[in-house]
Amino acid sequence: MTQNPTSTLDNESAHWLVQARGVTKSFGEGDTRIPVLKGVDLDVARGEVLLLVGPSGSGKTTLLSVIAGILESDEGDVKILGESIPEFSQSEKTKFRRDHLGFIFQQYHLLPTLTAVENAAVPLLIRGVPKHDALAQAEAVLGTMGMGGRLAALPTRLSGGEQQRVAIARALVGEPHLLLCDEPTANLDGETGRRIVQQLHDVGKQPDRAVIIVTHDTRIFEFGDRIVHMEDGRVDQIQHGQEEPA
Amino acid sequence: MNYVALKMLFGDRAKYLMLLAGLTFSTMLIVQQGSIFWGLMTWSKSGITNVNAPVWVADANINQVEEIKPLADTAVTVVRSVPGVEWAFPLYKGVQRARLRDGNYEQIALVGIDSSTLIGRPHTVLEGKIEDLRSPEAVAIDQLGVERLGGPENIHLGTTFEINDRRVRVVAIVKTQKSFQNFPFVYTTYERALSVTPEERRKLSYVLASPVSGVSPEALAVRIHEQTGLGAFTEEQFGWKTIQWILRNTGIGVNFGTTVLLGFIVGMAISGQTFYLFTVENLPQFGALKAIGASTGMLARMILLQSFTVGFIGYGVGVGLATVFGLTVASGGGLPFNETWPLLVGVAVALLLICSISSAISIRKLAKLEPAIVFRG
Repeated sequence: MTQNPTSTLDNESAHWLVQARGVTKSFGEGDTRIPVLKGVDLDVARGEVLLLVGPSGSGKTTLLSVIAGILESDEGDVKILGESIPEFSQSEKTKFRRDHLGFIFQQYHLLPTLTAVENAAVPLLIRGVPKHDALAQAEAVLGTMGMGGRLAALPTRLSGGEQQRVAIARALVGEPHLLLCDEPTANLDGETGRRIVQQLHDVGKQPDRAVIIVTHDTRIFEFGDRIVHMEDGRVDQIQHGQEEPA
Repeated sequence: MNYVALKMLFGDRAKYLMLLAGLTFSTMLIVQQGSIFWGLMTWSKSGITNVNAPVWVADANINQVEEIKPLADTAVTVVRSVPGVEWAFPLYKGVQRARLRDGNYEQIALVGIDSSTLIGRPHTVLEGKIEDLRSPEAVAIDQLGVERLGGPENIHLGTTFEINDRRVRVVAIVKTQKSFQNFPFVYTTYERALSVTPEERRKLSYVLASPVSGVSPEALAVRIHEQTGLGAFTEEQFGWKTIQWILRNTGIGVNFGTTVLLGFIVGMAISGQTFYLFTVENLPQFGALKAIGASTGMLARMILLQSFTVGFIGYGVGVGLATVFGLTVASGGGLPFNETWPLLVGVAVALLLICSISSAISIRKLAKLEPAIVFRG
């Protein structure tokens, strides 16, 4: 059990890659105000693969967005690599995401006019890496994912599994410390989904890296070091991998 | 990210072609209409530019070059008496009727120039010698005159025809700028012009003058006006005065202005709407780029690059098409067409404005874009 509601953020950042404390977030104003996160505490260790599960509307995706710094929490703190994300300006958050985070989206969000290798190279191009070098690195990452023969294919010519692998390559090419995945297997068949999550699991097990996966897919629970159940904006239960939920 | 921006632009072929078509059409319409307008304005002052004189002296109330208000014959000597005048000579200018060999009549713009100096003669002589105007019955006609008075097979050096029942003989064919009224120019000596035109109390149309060395045409024009009470203008001032009169008294300016404005609005509407659609349809992708770490500034630069790239190509194609139109349809002086560099610069600025406004609408949308949308399934 890694949840520690009473502790404050401290020097444990050597162990924890992500430390979230008392995170609240509401949408709307006045009578229509809806609290989505109600004081969430969550730690993610280095080398850990953490699954965030729960029913729709429980706050999983909102928590993921707050951790990524693309949504601002109302209260609480989120530290990644010891850096307090809420204290950053917008441009600092953008720069932090660029340098330290990787994203995998449910809908992939590949650029339709870019080939597989060009899509995978986008994070490096954003960092200002010369095009030739960026494409070479992206090609290498795609090669490790069995996509070496599909480098020049446009997303519309790729299967769902192939598109997701390109999206993973795009997330990994910049060697991020934290990988944030939103329903990465939602649009994939069982076998492809397992293969994809196995790859994410392998990434998460590397030192100085961690993976957070938001999912409804019970078939992939076996890949999580811990499974955090959310309910009504709170962490309801934390279960270690392979344990049966209480 | 320039590479990504351009691939996004060129990869969406339908929208790219739509944008290009809009900007090309806009550019072509503005350049073509602007060139025809300026061609018409150039034609309107051809009565001045076809007669080479630094200073024109006329009635003080004259509005434009074709509005002849004859002066007293003494005006020439009065102008010569103004300090700073190097020379001053009379000029006859008027519309007359030429009778062709086949009995038909054609209206001509008759220009009578000083016989001793031939001041007021056209720039270019295509055939014959302009000095032969001093010989009996001699006239010089322009290329439009050759065409209107019977064609090259009937009108050439030595051909005779009649002006107001007086026989004249072609001794030179000259090159002139067409006039707004589209009458052929026929040159002769001042004295012969007076003899072939109907009797009037005054026939002196203009006095042409030149300043001595060290006095500018502008200064001389002011001096002549102050000392004689006559209207005096430099060639350029008189040209602008004529253009301004035409703009004030005809619907030409409003007509062409409306078309140019329409070109601008159509270009703006098509490119603005298409660009906005392009952005809206790619919002999830732009959101993903923002989430991954692209700043709003970076996305704005991408949008501007896309917009200016298609604008630059549209400008090139549009100007090219308008120029081809000018070289074909308007070639040979059939249509007034004067594509000037200030017009091209103006169109470039207009296009820059169109692209900037179109981009601004899209950039505004992107600036407000929450990258969190990428997490919504």
